[in-house]
Amino acid sequence: MFALDGLSLFGSASGDLSPGSDRTLVDGSRVAVIGAGPAGSMFSYFLLNMAGTISLDIDVDLFEPRLFSHCGPAGCNHCGGVVSESLVQRLATEGIVLPDSVVQRGLESYTLHMDVGDVEIATPVHERRIAAIYRGNGPRESEPLKSQSFDGYLQQLASKKGAKLVHRLVTGVRSDVDRMRVDCADGFSDVYDLVVLASGVNSRLEKDIEESGVQFRRPNRIKTFICEFKLGRDVIRETLGASMHVFLLDIPRLEFAALIPKGDYVTLALLGDDVDEELMDRFFSAPEVRNCFPGGRIPEHVCHCYPRMNSGGAKPPFADRMVMIGDCGTTRLFKDGIGAAYRAAKAAARTAVFHGVSAADFEKHYLPMCQKVEVDNRYGRVLFGVASLVQRARFARRGVLHMTVSEQGKAERPKRMSDVLWDLFSGSAPYREVFLRTLRPAYIADLLRHLVVGNIGSSRIDGNPAAGKEGGRYDTH
Amino acid sequence: MSSLGKHYEDGEVIVRQGENGNCMYVIQEGTVDVIASADGRELHLRSLGTNDFFGEMALFEGETRTATIRSNGPSQILTIDKKSLLGGIHEDPSLVFRILQTMSYRIRDLTERLARCEEET
Repeated sequence: MFALDGLSLFGSASGDLSPGSDRTLVDGSRVAVIGAGPAGSMFSYFLLNMAGTISLDIDVDLFEPRLFSHCGPAGCNHCGGVVSESLVQRLATEGIVLPDSVVQRGLESYTLHMDVGDVEIATPVHERRIAAIYRGNGPRESEPLKSQSFDGYLQQLASKKGAKLVHRLVTGVRSDVDRMRVDCADGFSDVYDLVVLASGVNSRLEKDIEESGVQFRRPNRIKTFICEFKLGRDVIRETLGASMHVFLLDIPRLEFAALIPKGDYVTLALLGDDVDEELMDRFFSAPEVRNCFPGGRIPEHVCHCYPRMNSGGAKPPFADRMVMIGDCGTTRLFKDGIGAAYRAAKAAARTAVFHGVSAADFEKHYLPMCQKVEVDNRYGRVLFGVASLVQRARFARRGVLHMTVSEQGKAERPKRMSDVLWDLFSGSAPYREVFLRTLRPAYIADLLRHLVVGNIGSSRIDGNPAAGKEGGRYDTH
Repeated sequence: MSSLGKHYEDGEVIVRQGENGNCMYVIQEGTVDVIASADGRELHLRSLGTNDFFGEMALFEGETRTATIRSNGPSQILTIDKKSLLGGIHEDPSLVFRILQTMSYRIRDLTERLARCEEET
């Protein structure tokens, strides 16, 4: 159910934007946040935090029908569950230290697997700065042990700041005499000064907005596949270690695949163009994948889902007294979705507290952040396009592997390819920055040299015990 | 111990006074001592615990570390890169708010301690 008055205010197409000062949050204003995933909870936390700094007293209702304390789909937010290096640092700077109960495993490296060999790329500062987490409380059939859901933890932080958690399913949002009305499945209905949509791309709410005929386009989405294997903590330590395993395989339609070790379980995340059974069969048949599991056998998974993922932002991600954040607004392409949710949550909270809640306010103070992400995603598409070419060209894979192995084998060597791969896999740096790095003459010269040397034969690198031992494995077949 | 950051044993020096610094640190778990050395004597300035940060002064001033930080018992410390922090502040100035609050508190604390010293002498 969607009916929004003043929809001419959507986006920059309108020339009739109201001034930012006529719709502001004042003492007693009420804010509805729909969805208590990372975007919704972080928005609530930062909104109340910022409001507190200027002694602004506002009420926040955080709507979430699920309980993240449940195992399996009932408490899950369907995501690979990696908090990037840059977000771990940002949160720590904000005073949000992720407790051990939330971090299933601290990751200290990425291991790249290709048919021509594999290589482990260590974190640039040699410490664990990537967090493997569960959005819910673990896979189906897992026991709710000492661990805590990441989403549940953020929800707690928001509650401690004063947000009121409302366990209701929101079914509609509409204008109501210069306010927004929120309707719920159980008949609950109330009016708010600001509605924040943080319901992801797997709910019906955005579809309803789009189908209501307003000037709004929900984000483009792609289907992904996520599943969980139970291997046990000790087996994981021996086989996968504290490393995230990523695969660059010549499989059509496969964009990215990663195995993420977490406590007793390993999460597999497959991203691609319309992930289906055929793609998965080819992936699981690959020896590079099988070799990551004990005895080269892929075990039965205990939990799986096909969540959709944002691959292009909502247009526009705001209206009068309404803003879309997280996956249902704008997010980074393929990587660091939780980091993008953090940035969007803060930008929207800053706008609401310090500027106002009209479409004009969001256009002036929130939209630039979304546009910056969209522009950066264009560089990301180029980078993933190049990665696809490397996936398909064996000589390129050998060159990339040769260069990375030689960099990882010698501490003093510049880590040109390693840093590019690290930032591409981890999402730690903006895609533009990574792209520009690949245009540097030193990078290109190094890559050309390794393309030649790496394809002459394997004797040179096999003869380098340091590279073989510390850097990686290099196959000749 | 926390799963994130780097592990330090009891008594291990994390930051040494006089060294150049290009990062700050956040304590994930444990306690550290802040120690200033002068004329061969060590002066214990304060102890810091989980969620506290240190090393920010050298990062903003571009000068050397003003104190030695030593782990008091085992600790787990997360490094915050200079580029990551300053880039983050450029993008989102509110990121520096908590640092300013803490630095302000520390200046107030030092002022009070200095005043007490003046009174005693």
